[in-house]
Amino acid sequence: MAKVIGAVVIDKDRCKGCDLCVVACPTDVLLLQPKEVNDRGYHYAFTAQPEACIGCASCATVCPDACITVYRQVIK
Amino acid sequence: MEQEEIKLMKGNEAIAHAAIRAGFDGYFGYPITPQSEVLETLEDLMPWETTGMVVLQAESEVAAINMVYGGAASGKAVMTSSSSPGVSLKQEGISYIAAAELPALIVNVMRGGPGLGTIQPSQADYFQATKGGGHGDYRLIVLSPATVQEMADFVGMGMDLSFKYRVPAMILADGVVGQMMEKVVLPPVRPRRTEAQIAEQCPWAATGKDGRKHRNVVTSLEMEPDKMEKNNLRLQERYHEIENNEVRFQEYFTDDAEYLIVAFGSIARICLKAIEEARAQGIKIGLLRPITLWPFPTKEIERLGKQVKGILTVELNAGQMIEDVRLAVGKDMPVYHFGRMGGIVPNPNEVIDALKKHFKI
Amino acid sequence: MNPNDIIKPENLVYARPRLLDERNTHYCPGCSHGVVHRLLAELIDEMGLEDKTIGVAPVGCAVFAYNYIDVDWVEAAHGRAPAVATALNRLNPEKFVFTYQGDGDLAAIGTAETIHAANRGENIVMVFINNAIYGMTGGQMAPTTLLGQKTATTPYGRRADLNGFPIKISDILAGLDGTCYVTRQAVHTPAAVRKTKAALKKAIQNALDKKGTSVVEVVSTCNSGWKLSPAKSNQWMEENMFAKYPLGDLKNV
Repeated sequence: MAKVIGAVVIDKDRCKGCDLCVVACPTDVLLLQPKEVNDRGYHYAFTAQPEACIGCASCATVCPDACITVYRQVIK
Repeated sequence: MEQEEIKLMKGNEAIAHAAIRAGFDGYFGYPITPQSEVLETLEDLMPWETTGMVVLQAESEVAAINMVYGGAASGKAVMTSSSSPGVSLKQEGISYIAAAELPALIVNVMRGGPGLGTIQPSQADYFQATKGGGHGDYRLIVLSPATVQEMADFVGMGMDLSFKYRVPAMILADGVVGQMMEKVVLPPVRPRRTEAQIAEQCPWAATGKDGRKHRNVVTSLEMEPDKMEKNNLRLQERYHEIENNEVRFQEYFTDDAEYLIVAFGSIARICLKAIEEARAQGIKIGLLRPITLWPFPTKEIERLGKQVKGILTVELNAGQMIEDVRLAVGKDMPVYHFGRMGGIVPNPNEVIDALKKHFKI
Repeated sequence: MNPNDIIKPENLVYARPRLLDERNTHYCPGCSHGVVHRLLAELIDEMGLEDKTIGVAPVGCAVFAYNYIDVDWVEAAHGRAPAVATALNRLNPEKFVFTYQGDGDLAAIGTAETIHAANRGENIVMVFINNAIYGMTGGQMAPTTLLGQKTATTPYGRRADLNGFPIKISDILAGLDGTCYVTRQAVHTPAAVRKTKAALKKAIQNALDKKGTSVVEVVSTCNSGWKLSPAKSNQWMEENMFAKYPLGDLKNV
């Protein structure tokens, strides 16, 4: 059976840590950095469970700052 | 359309004919007495069928001036007309147009105020037109027509000056010259500028990027104080340039004048009649008629101030231009004002009486 | 397979749109404006309109919209964007002209301009961000503020007897002969964002086809003004805003 795997790249300096991508992700890939902040002081999003990503782009679709790039590959 | 046509028409109608002939791209207006003939004439002439000029009756003066702002922002030659209460409504938009450094022509056929006032003639918007009117430090190039011919001629001239300096121009007419009929030689026809000409002449215009690498943004907003001050200084520099280059006026009987009348618009013509009469009685009096109310002919009045014994300003208001005349000649020169308000236009005898009274002749 | 191994151009499914400016927006974290800006940037590019688009920016939080979407812009006075867009459209009929306005701009100070531009059927798109509050000035009551909603100028909640009722301006606009498409959307979930994008696309196509005025209302959050987190704001919007401002097409002819 074909398997879909995905990956997201987050522009951490552009991220404002709004958390909307974390909420939108259906496979709990994303979290906000609990302690670390970016240059502008935001707890930016990161891929806490990258292996769970299915490349659905839900995170990028709701991101108000267009800071998520999404990749997807179908493995047959 | 003939190249030049001689017609009998109202000043307001002349504005409309001249706008089409001058190659305007758009007119946006709202009816108000005593200038509604501008919009009516344009709608009657249907220039969208000939030159392609857009004519639109807006929902308010506020909307009309913001349409002018939008049209001007895309590099088009656009104008509006109104009368005093309507021009008050336009002040916000005029301030934005001035701040965004856009060319535009605004016609004010003045009626008596304040408030709803009267529909009869007045010149009581002199302060509003020449000192700012809206908020912020800005100026308009203010043209004052005295004849129907000048109503026609100043349309193209206003457009040219406005584009030359990217400063909005205003024709400050009074209800007399708007409503009266005279013979007028309609100015020659100039075609509307092509899109290519607009792109070349107005590289700042928001027309769609059209292959341009950078985007054009027309705005009056600047949050950084240093940059905002620079924007203001740039405007002020341009205003100084206009003051140096664009002062227009006419002098009558000033060579041997011992007294001087300063009057603008249709009232200058009444004063001229009064001067002819006074000269017949042996009073040596001359007239200076500012054609540009801003820039004001300060130097010329200062020069004449050294020659005459006293100056009378005659205005259809409580005394507005007199302040600029006083600034020009200083406090040692006696400067008086004679004016009528409420829509009353004085006859030449009243002007002569005022002369005799003030100068004890 | 390591997820990092698939980060290759041929596997790209979503990237920041080309026409979104490099600079960061001034919007608060989680603000709906950013999503709608992104959708417009995507559509203008996808529909090949970069060279013929003129945006009209409002006064309000989106006053700097011209800094973010890389097309020509005119910044209007408060509420006057539809009048500005009217002239841009009439004098440049082959261009695509849109306004981007908030609730205060479109439904309070600019009500007359909004209604009359729509009633004339100007071939423009009005993008209407309705977050029921004045964000830029610090969270005061908007014309669309809900009854009972607390704002800086209704600190005890909006009262009909004191402040009047929230206005459903899109319903009014849908009743005008000049509008061809009036829809109310949101951007709180991936599915909602996709629907909003489809709505914007239809609206833009209507303008290009000269079918009249299209209005895309986006029921939005203002988490700073509402004093909630972005995620909680979405919840509050679903529970409260959608009752007054239900999503869906109000007119589609």
